[in-house]
Amino acid sequence: MNSRKLEILVGFFVALGILAFSMLALKVANSGISGSGETYTLNAKFENIGSLKTRAPIKVGGVVIGRVESIYVHPQEFLPVVNMSIDAQYLCRFSDTSSISILTSGILGEQYLGINPVIASGSAEQRCLGNDVENTEADQAIDDLFGVQSKALANGDSITDTKSALVLEELIGQFLFNQGSE
Amino acid sequence: MLDLLQKIGHKTLGRFAALGRSTHMLVSALWHVPNFKKGTPLLVRQLYMVGSQSLLIIVVSGLFIGMVLALQGYTVLVDYGAEDSLGPLVALSLLRELGPVVTALLFAGRAGSALTAEIGLMKATEQLSSLEMMAIDPLRRIIAPRFWAGLISMPLLALIFSAVAIIGAHLVGVDWLGVDTGSFWSIMQSQVSFDKDILNGLIKSIVFAIVVTWIALYKGYDCVPTSEGISKATTETVVHSSLAVLGFDFILTAVMFTS
Repeated sequence: MNSRKLEILVGFFVALGILAFSMLALKVANSGISGSGETYTLNAKFENIGSLKTRAPIKVGGVVIGRVESIYVHPQEFLPVVNMSIDAQYLCRFSDTSSISILTSGILGEQYLGINPVIASGSAEQRCLGNDVENTEADQAIDDLFGVQSKALANGDSITDTKSALVLEELIGQFLFNQGSE
Repeated sequence: MLDLLQKIGHKTLGRFAALGRSTHMLVSALWHVPNFKKGTPLLVRQLYMVGSQSLLIIVVSGLFIGMVLALQGYTVLVDYGAEDSLGPLVALSLLRELGPVVTALLFAGRAGSALTAEIGLMKATEQLSSLEMMAIDPLRRIIAPRFWAGLISMPLLALIFSAVAIIGAHLVGVDWLGVDTGSFWSIMQSQVSFDKDILNGLIKSIVFAIVVTWIALYKGYDCVPTSEGISKATTETVVHSSLAVLGFDFILTAVMFTS
């Protein structure tokens, strides 16, 4: 066999290998949450995280906007703290009145985090981004109504309104307790 | 009693001597300044013999293993209404285990035995000695290009195997059994991670490549130069490298995937 034909066949083999690698890398594996990969961090403290795991998706209305980065126990309060990395395009878009809950996809499915978003007001968003702005009249009216100035969630902030995971044993326990007291 | 002890001692010493000879062979074959101008044509030739020639068996068996996995997985998962998880089931089992291991086993049978037989015959017909007479180091000329070819081909073959098998699983799972194509890919993507699964599988296949090629080359280089010796060496290549692959697979899995 002459060497040109041989080299072509070897080249075909190597090209096929590279093709397989790029297919596996791009089509089969996840390459982060979005193309750019720019993220910012939020924290949330829960009573109980159930079986939430790192890399679990964080969804708003079913759309993935981030992933759980790490989970650890708060050193003083002994409560689980979830560290989330969220797509940077949502930086300062959520108000600090947004709530977050641990949900389950399907009956046997994986657990994920769902954010019930409250959109930050325009002026709060600007303040969070570091710009100095006056409250608009509409924003001022809302702040007066609640008695506090609303803030947007910046990098490293915590979501305070959290709902823990449903744990089946606790539910059954509560049910039995209620039955007993009747 | 003493005879038994002597037998055990003889066997142990023999094993260690073989280990030393094989390490010596590999190190002296690879431990020199690379000469790309002379080495590349030899390497290309071996890549063709070892890699391109194994392509057909890898693609065909990959396709069928993927199809069987999808069929078996579907029959179990459909009872739980979880047939959407077919994608990650197939992809994870292929990338982590089946891809590297089955490729290594096929490679040992297809290319490893050929390497042993070729080098064994070279030894039996004293071609290796003739090379030495001509002041050409047979380790550098014969062993080194074959080793590098094995080391390069096996990870590529394992990747091709996994990719083709996933396509085969898609063929059966989606086109025949009616799993939704969107959830097949997207759940697969959310479950498979690049550095944990794909890179670890690649590391596995590189380790298997070293093990299988090394065993094949050593058995050929060290065989008894008779027709019987060559046949024994070829058999030993396939048996030993298959067992070594399975053993190493357990160790690597224990290190990589238990946290």
